[in-house]
Amino acid sequence: MRLILEVWRQDGPDAEGSFETHEITDATPEMSLLELLDRLNHQLVENDLDPVAFESDCREGICGTCGLDVNGNPHGPEDNVPACGQHVRSFSDGQTVRFTPFRAKSFPVLRDLIVDRTGLDRIIQAGGTISVDAGTAPDADTLLVTHDDAERALDFAACIGCGACVSACPNGAAYLFTGAKLAHLALIPHGKEERARRARSVIAQMQSEFGPCSQIGECALACPAEIPLVAIAVVNRERLRAGFKKGKPN
Amino acid sequence: MNAKPDSTAPEQKGASVASEIDQLRVIGRPLDGKVPEVDPRDAWTDRKLHYNLVNPNNRRKFKIIVVGTGLSGAGAAAALGELGYDVEVFSFHDMPRRAHSIAAQGGINSPRARKVDNDSIDRFVKDTVKGGDFRGREEDAYRLGEEGIRVINHMQAIGAAFARDYGGQLATRSFGGVQVSRTYYTRGQTGQQLELAAAHALSRQVAAGTCKLHSRQEMLDLIVKDGRAQGIVVRDLVTGKVRALTAHAVVLCTGGYGNVYYKATLAKNSNATAIWRAYKRGAYFANPCFVQIHPTALPLMSKWQSKKTLMSESLRNDGRIWAPRKKKDDRDPNTIPEAERFYFLEERYPAFGNLVPRDVASRNIRERIDAGYGVGPLHNAVYLDFRTGIERLGVKLIRERYSNLFNMYEELTGEDPYKTPMRITPSVHFTMGGLWTDYDQMTSIPGLFIGGEASWAYHGANRLGANSLLSCCVDGWFTLPYAVPNYLAGLLGQEPLALDDQAVQDTLKGVQDGIDHLLNIGGSHGADHFYEKLGAIMDRYASVSRDPEGLATAIGLIRELRQEFWRDLKVVGSADRLNQELETAGRVADYLELAELLCIDALDRDESAGAHFRTDHEIGGEAKRNDEDWCFCSAWEYPGAVSAKPIRNFEPLTFRAVPLQQRNYK
Ligand SMILES: Cc1cc2nc3c(=O)[nH]c(=O)nc-3n(C[C@H](O)[C@H](O)[C@H](O)COP(=O)(O)OP(=O)(O)OC[C@H]3O[C@@H](n4cnc5c(N)ncnc54)[C@H](O)[C@@H]3O)c2cc1C
Ligand code: SF4
Ligand code: FES
Repeated sequence: MRLILEVWRQDGPDAEGSFETHEITDATPEMSLLELLDRLNHQLVENDLDPVAFESDCREGICGTCGLDVNGNPHGPEDNVPACGQHVRSFSDGQTVRFTPFRAKSFPVLRDLIVDRTGLDRIIQAGGTISVDAGTAPDADTLLVTHDDAERALDFAACIGCGACVSACPNGAAYLFTGAKLAHLALIPHGKEERARRARSVIAQMQSEFGPCSQIGECALACPAEIPLVAIAVVNRERLRAGFKKGKPN
Repeated sequence: MNAKPDSTAPEQKGASVASEIDQLRVIGRPLDGKVPEVDPRDAWTDRKLHYNLVNPNNRRKFKIIVVGTGLSGAGAAAALGELGYDVEVFSFHDMPRRAHSIAAQGGINSPRARKVDNDSIDRFVKDTVKGGDFRGREEDAYRLGEEGIRVINHMQAIGAAFARDYGGQLATRSFGGVQVSRTYYTRGQTGQQLELAAAHALSRQVAAGTCKLHSRQEMLDLIVKDGRAQGIVVRDLVTGKVRALTAHAVVLCTGGYGNVYYKATLAKNSNATAIWRAYKRGAYFANPCFVQIHPTALPLMSKWQSKKTLMSESLRNDGRIWAPRKKKDDRDPNTIPEAERFYFLEERYPAFGNLVPRDVASRNIRERIDAGYGVGPLHNAVYLDFRTGIERLGVKLIRERYSNLFNMYEELTGEDPYKTPMRITPSVHFTMGGLWTDYDQMTSIPGLFIGGEASWAYHGANRLGANSLLSCCVDGWFTLPYAVPNYLAGLLGQEPLALDDQAVQDTLKGVQDGIDHLLNIGGSHGADHFYEKLGAIMDRYASVSRDPEGLATAIGLIRELRQEFWRDLKVVGSADRLNQELETAGRVADYLELAELLCIDALDRDESAGAHFRTDHEIGGEAKRNDEDWCFCSAWEYPGAVSAKPIRNFEPLTFRAVPLQQRNYK
């Protein structure tokens, strides 16, 4: 297969960027889109040209390292699939595939298709955690968790931290990510103990770096972990709940 | 009896090997693993009792560097931070959570023994030691079992939502070659949930100010002064800046080196640079040839396929492995009649059938492929067929059990495994070898500690499924936080090494020169070109089965390739910016050296043990150990130059609780 690749090139956060066009003549349908970029980079290096910087690691949809927009779609044309799981078979011979970095004010471009997503980590640091020191936990079998709560917690805990939800959102909101974490921790025994305190600090941090939510729902379509859209409602629910708790931790 | 050098042991262990090996290595000295001289069951209690402590008020005066934020590193950093130490955490990833631990699927073992299936710490130790084919320390296994109980409680408390039964209790399943149910899990994403919990705990310490996080920083060397590890040199992967950081102790939790085989089930960026450079600074490298090859990974279907993706072991419960009886049989597998299918595992191992241990399955699959019976476009796979399973149990049940794996397979290959047999192939998956550590997890360089897959501990010559997540958690949360302070206690009042110290400056300059060297070769191929060639050599000669001639050939080929690399490498771009070509080049340079040591170790170890299968040491197709001459851990010492012969030191292993015996799965 022949594909035209339009790739965003940018030297650093403050540099001007521009598109570069390349052609791949031996693409095959089973290749992933990242393998297509590998192919391109091989070609560039063999021709003494600077390869395209892009990120990935596990290449099997779990680490959240990959992330870029393909023809304007976070991760690529297929909904709910990370970039490393998107395939050339979604395109037809001769088509143009345009790679751009995740687009969000809070994700500055580091180089080409690599952005800085540590803003998501700052949300976790603000309190998306549980205050239990090593060795102090009680026997896990004495804390009952219903099968359904455990499963529901996992539905939210599955977030891979890729940031596609932010890129998908016209406002650059991180509600899906934040709501997923609040929902996950609210469903497990120790997480409940500081639920209100967590909601206050985490939501404040989220608002300081990311945009507001207008409930458009693009985030859930992009999300490779299929975090349910109710996660965005969880943010508002937890905010309200924390307000009623008037400074109490749980 | 204890694990100290046994005076009745022959002076030169393993000296009977053919003279060829004498051209390649020097035999060194016996090592003391510093195992407590008590009953192995009591070793850890005894050792903890003797450890020195650091007063809580003094802890913040100690700086500890932790490299790696996988399960072991994030745990160690967080636990040491919780205790009040001043911890500096490094990772080449952008966020702690990205570490490769996140990709583990199946589960984590813990001998909590709540059920009435007769599990116990003793049984866990027996499984671990036997599984490792008696090439690991028994006392390490006891400690692993003992602390493994707390691990589940802790990981649950900090956020890992383990699967629960309907009564609300933790659910377990049985896994990989054991007869009890001791594996805790969260769907097919146990590693993810554990890693997130650990990364969150680390984040909590970052917020508390006890841990300082340095993301996108790659450790490129270890600073050793006065025989002690006193700091590291890192390169900022965004700005390219190289700098040094000194501390009272350094803990490496940098993962396994399986990517020396080029395409494995590991994340693409997992690499051996941290441990390899520590080796070159004097840390001994233990048993590099012990590499686990998983039988069921997706085969490569094209040159550009980026890796081999793991398909869980559990599939072998209901899937049947076969290859056509005819060579290069390209027919649609569903049209191949029963009589023309060879269910080779079932026929060769009637007692265990498709459920033989990983190494036995891998070897047999590889044998079929090498003999020309492989299937798929590149004839590099065999079938894993669910037809019988579906007929017996119905599609619904099969879907319940494996839907996530079947979906993943379909997503990656575009084929529907409910209708067409999967194609699978063995792939490098885990490295049991790693830097040698004594019972206190310290390397041969005082002040340098190791946790997780980067270490040689626990798994001997073969790791049991679900024991790695356990060992990583145990190391991080429950053993390093005892062992590291014991070392620090002796350094009270000392400041970390000054940055203008000659040793620091020399190490910095060495790293800088190394980077310049890579950039200035000006050859004609990117690093990946050499990497791919290295993978082909390793795959061919140092994989599921090994023979002396092949290994000798491999060593020659690796040396040639290394020369070619240093002559013909091309690194596009400069050092003062984000440059992934440069990162790869540095890692490949290390693989080209590590690969040679791995092959030398495989040639030197003149026996079969666990995953190390030597065709000249087999008994009815099974690995034949030689306990008389080889019941020790090989700990390789860097001779000061890549061209000199490495020195093979050895730690004798003694087994008091689990008597030595031969495996048999027939
Ligand atoms: C696909 C797959 C499935 C698996 N499933 C299971 C399972 O079900 N059960 C089980 O028990 N085991 C499983 N394993 C094995 C297990 O996942 C690993 O052994 C374990 O997670 C390793 O953890 P770690 O903490 O040692 O290192 P890793 O998680 O690999 O982390 C390494 C860390 O070190 C950092 N690092 C490395 N080098 C440097 C450097 N030079 N400078 C700075 N930072 C550096 C990285 O950034 C990273 O943070 C699986 C492995 C694979 C490949
Ligand atoms: S919520 Fe979904 S899209 Fe957002 S970071 Fe998590 S996995 Fe990615
Ligand atoms: S590379 Fe890990 S999720 Fe895509």
